[in-house]
Amino acid sequence: MSAQEYAFTVLAVVGGLSAIAVVTARNVVHAALYLVVTLLSVGGVYLLLGAEFVAWVQILIYVGAIVILFLFGLMLTKAPIGRDTLDNQQRWLGALVGVGVFAGLVFLIQEAFPVQDAERFETFHATTDAVGESIFRNYVLPFEAVSFLLLAALIGAIVLARKDDAS
Amino acid sequence: MIDVLGQAGTSFIDEFSSNFWAALILKTVLVMGFFLVVPLGVGYMEHKVLAHMQGRLGPMEAGAFHGWAQLIADGVKFIQKENVVPAAADRTIFSLAPAVAMVPYIAILVVLPFSDTFFALDLDVGIFFVMAMSSVSVIGVLMAGWSSANKFSLIGALRAAAQLIAYELPLVLAAAGVVMLAGVTSMIGIVEAQESLWYVVPLFPLFVIFMIASLAELTRTPFDMPIADSEIIFGAYTEYGGLKFAFFLLAEYGGIVALSGIAAVLFLGGYKGLPGIPLPDPVWMAAKIGALSFMVIWLRATFPRLREDQLQRFAWLTLIPVSLVWILGAAVFKVAF
Repeated sequence: MSAQEYAFTVLAVVGGLSAIAVVTARNVVHAALYLVVTLLSVGGVYLLLGAEFVAWVQILIYVGAIVILFLFGLMLTKAPIGRDTLDNQQRWLGALVGVGVFAGLVFLIQEAFPVQDAERFETFHATTDAVGESIFRNYVLPFEAVSFLLLAALIGAIVLARKDDAS
Repeated sequence: MIDVLGQAGTSFIDEFSSNFWAALILKTVLVMGFFLVVPLGVGYMEHKVLAHMQGRLGPMEAGAFHGWAQLIADGVKFIQKENVVPAAADRTIFSLAPAVAMVPYIAILVVLPFSDTFFALDLDVGIFFVMAMSSVSVIGVLMAGWSSANKFSLIGALRAAAQLIAYELPLVLAAAGVVMLAGVTSMIGIVEAQESLWYVVPLFPLFVIFMIASLAELTRTPFDMPIADSEIIFGAYTEYGGLKFAFFLLAEYGGIVALSGIAAVLFLGGYKGLPGIPLPDPVWMAAKIGALSFMVIWLRATFPRLREDQLQRFAWLTLIPVSLVWILGAAVFKVAF
C-alpha cells in the first residue's frame, strides 16, 4: 500500500468508528464531540484527494461553526452538566431511517460513479484558482441558485425569530 | 505527500535537507520550539508592560534585574501543583479540553512565514487554513466549561462560544478583503503582493476590524466577558489548576502571537521591511509580531470590559456592515484599476 492508502485507512477507520459512536453515545455532548472527530476525518479524506480548499472549508464551516452551534444550543438548553446522560427512546426508528438513507446514498453514488470506472477519476491537486474558475465559469447558475436559497433561509429565520410588537 | 499538501514555495529546510522525514522532524521541532518560547516571552512582556502602565512594581525579587526569573518560578509552581479534577466532572473531556484549545494555535504557526524561504509550510490556501484553525479553538473552551460540572464554568463557556460565533464573521470578512486585493490565498503570496504598498493603507478599516475581532477571538480585554472574574470567577477555566491551567494560558499567549503574526502578514507587509532600513526579513516579521502583541497588552491596560449585549451589538451592527462595505469598495477598486 502507498502512504496515501495507509492514511486513508486510518482516516476511514477513525471516521467510521466515531460516526458509530455519534449515534450510540448516551450523552448528547459526547455525541457532538464524536461528530467533530468524524468531520475532521472527512476533511482529511478531502486532503488526500487533493481538494485542499474543500478540506479547510469543511473544517471552517462544519467543525468551526456548525458543531459549535450544536454544542452551544445543547448546553444552553438541556445538556446535563458533567457525567449525567440524556438519551431518547426512538433508537429503532432512528436506525431504520439511518439504514434507509445509507442504502439510498450507496445506490445513488454507485449509479453516478460506478466502482469499475474508478480508474477514470484521477486525483489532482485542485488549487483555489481551479476551484474559482470552475464555480464562476462553469457552475455560475447553480452557485447563484444556492446563494438565493441560503438568502431565503436567512430571511425565513429572521421572520420566525423576530418579536413583532404590533401584533 | 508534499504534492498533496500543495506546497508552493521552497523552505530553507527543504534545501538544507533533501530527506522528507528529516525535514519534517526539523520543521516540527522548530515550530514547537517557537510555540513553547515566544508566547512565554509575550506573557512576560504582559507582566512588565501592565506593571509599568499601572504604575506598580509587580514581582521584582526573582533573579537579578527587574525580577526576570519570575517566569521560571511561575512555571515551576504550575508543574508542582496537584492535578485536581472535580468529582462530578467528565474526566476525559476535562483533560482533553486544554489540548483542544492549544493545538489550533500551534497549527497556525506552521504557515507563518518569516521570509520567502524561512517558513515551515507554504499552503496554497494558507489564509483559509488559518481561519479554519482559529475557529476550532473554541471547542476546547466549550469542552472545558461543560465538563467541569460547574455553573460558572458553563456560563463562561457559553459566553465564549456566543462571542466567537459573532466575531468570527468580521475576522473572515476582513481577511477576505485582503485576499481580494492580493488575488492569492497563500501567506507568502499575500506578503509578496504588498511589495509596493502595505494593505494597512488602502484597507485601514479592515485592519482595525481584524484586530478587534482577533481580541474577541482570544477573549482578551475589552472582550473578556467569558472570564469576567467579578461575575463568574474565571469562566470556563474556574476548575482548572496546575499544568492544565498553564496550557490554557499558553493557548492564550500562543493565540496572541499567532493572530499578531497573521495580522502582520495580511496588513503590515509580513516580512517586508520599510525602504531605507536594512534589516533581515525575519527580524522585520518578529518586530511586527512584537509591536502588535504590545498593542494587545496596551489595550488591556486601557479599556474597560464590554457588556454582553454591547459586545454582540457591536459585532453585528458595526463591524460586519463596515467590513462588507469596505469589501465592496475593494472589489470596485480591483475591477476598475
